[in-house]
Amino acid sequence: MSELVKKSVGELQGLMVSGACSSRDVVSALAARIEAVDPLVKAYVEVNVEDALAQADAADRRRAAGEKGALLGIPVAIKDLLNVKGQSCRCASKLLEGYVSPYDATCVAKLREAGAVLFGRVNMDEFAMGASTENSALAVTRNPWDLDRVPGGSSGGSAAAVAADSAVVSLGSDTGGSVRQPAAFCGCVGLKPGYGRVSRFGLTAFASSLDQVGVLSKSVADAASTLQVIAGHDARDTTSARVAVPDFGAALTGEVKGMRIGLAEEFFGVGVDPEVEAAVRAAVDHLVSLGAEVVPVSFPHLKYAVPAYYIIAPAEASANLARFDGVRYGARRDAEDPVELMRRTREAGFGPEVKRRILLGTYVLSSGYYDAYYVKALKARALIQRDFGTVFAQCDVLATPVAPTAAFRIGEEVDDPLTMYKGDICTIPTNLAGGSGLSVPCGFTSGGLPVGLQLLAPAFDEVSLLRAGHAFESTTEWHTRKPVIEGARA
Amino acid sequence: MNTPDTDHIDVRYVAKLARIDLDEAEVTALQSQLDEVLAFVHQLDELDFEGVEPLSHPHPLENVFREDVVEASLEHEEMIRNAPGAVQQLVRVPQMIE
Repeated sequence: MSELVKKSVGELQGLMVSGACSSRDVVSALAARIEAVDPLVKAYVEVNVEDALAQADAADRRRAAGEKGALLGIPVAIKDLLNVKGQSCRCASKLLEGYVSPYDATCVAKLREAGAVLFGRVNMDEFAMGASTENSALAVTRNPWDLDRVPGGSSGGSAAAVAADSAVVSLGSDTGGSVRQPAAFCGCVGLKPGYGRVSRFGLTAFASSLDQVGVLSKSVADAASTLQVIAGHDARDTTSARVAVPDFGAALTGEVKGMRIGLAEEFFGVGVDPEVEAAVRAAVDHLVSLGAEVVPVSFPHLKYAVPAYYIIAPAEASANLARFDGVRYGARRDAEDPVELMRRTREAGFGPEVKRRILLGTYVLSSGYYDAYYVKALKARALIQRDFGTVFAQCDVLATPVAPTAAFRIGEEVDDPLTMYKGDICTIPTNLAGGSGLSVPCGFTSGGLPVGLQLLAPAFDEVSLLRAGHAFESTTEWHTRKPVIEGARA
Repeated sequence: MNTPDTDHIDVRYVAKLARIDLDEAEVTALQSQLDEVLAFVHQLDELDFEGVEPLSHPHPLENVFREDVVEASLEHEEMIRNAPGAVQQLVRVPQMIE
């Protein structure tokens, strides 16, 4: 195995600047690594080495011409719901078999402009609905730390690839925790920026008021440099925020003296595994040892976050997924009349979880039920946003577990959707409120599975998250551990 | 008006609204799974919503206007390439009007 595949974005950039390696070398090393481990991990659903090498050569030429940039020549793996012109974009669904993107998502276009290499599409739960990547119609991705366990989801392919060193960095999306939870399960960094920070144009919509593009990486610094490139207002996304993009790298001072870390006991009272709880509390103690102070806060409406989310997200999904009807694209099932064509196409194309959520969403929006469910959920959402307002009046960041447990076994929860939904309890609130969140590795269970610390902040204060996360990471070694992938070719 | 049944989903009816065909096994599985989810979300009934406005979006939204200027759009040919069984650069569907 080439040492290159273990390097972070920052380290690879240093090597390329000094001439020690080229972007072509990095892509070649990754391609070999994918060949060695991906038959076991199954993080990728599409890999086009030739195309990536051509992009790498172009990046190397740009460098030779004097260009510089944090992502110049850096390969980025893309979650299968972001459009990359000329690549497939199946959202891990049978329904989008054969679809080829005619355009770039805005975040992808920004990566291209920065000279990044768009290398490989990674697996996910179908249409981003799930927390284990088991809902993919394309493959069952495995956790590199234990191949019998899930990588988390929905951005499970992104997390597994970064953890297995078969990707340097990856773009995912986070609607209810889909970047942070797989990052925690796989022992990498996951950043969900504030809602509106990154354009959603070209991101296949699941729940438009909750979706946000995020980054999965090997270090907090890599998350910061990648966010720097993809952030910013976009006229093509009307919900894109017109706020200044700060210098995220400047947040990486290692300094947390005087930073107020909120601790809300409610987040530990939701069936959190004792080993997870111990690791998260120890992480907070560590931040205190670096000069931060702990502020006890309360989050009274936490238990209502999951019920509110599982009304709001399916409601929005039922509307967004109406476009997948087999008319303009997708794997059509022919019929005598157009409505029958749509019904058959959707029956054959959607998997069970997607059907569940579309039906649930259709129901809560249907006549007679709108007030009983949807409006109530929106009011609960207001109360949750209010809780955050009270919390952030007292502290800079809120520290919580990412998920109540470490990675569970493949097949363990797949037939029990409600149990799976309840596992989103710690990550969902910030999506409902539009805030930002970061997951950083903070320990391991006795069984050797990674545990993540979640830090939450108001919408556009990713700087505080990055500062605290970086300070934690630079004084701990959890993020440096690597999984041993049984049976992988050397 | 009858009080809506908020404990059970009429799975077949909702599937019709959502334009998804379901087989018998799917209807059975979905019925119990969705009823279980409904029972769970009924927790929201405990909350006091006095004076609480529904929040449909995390940030205050305003209409976004732009000048009505013609801009380049995606290539027709490239867009139509994804349409199943496209004919003469047109999307093909079964006959809709008698």
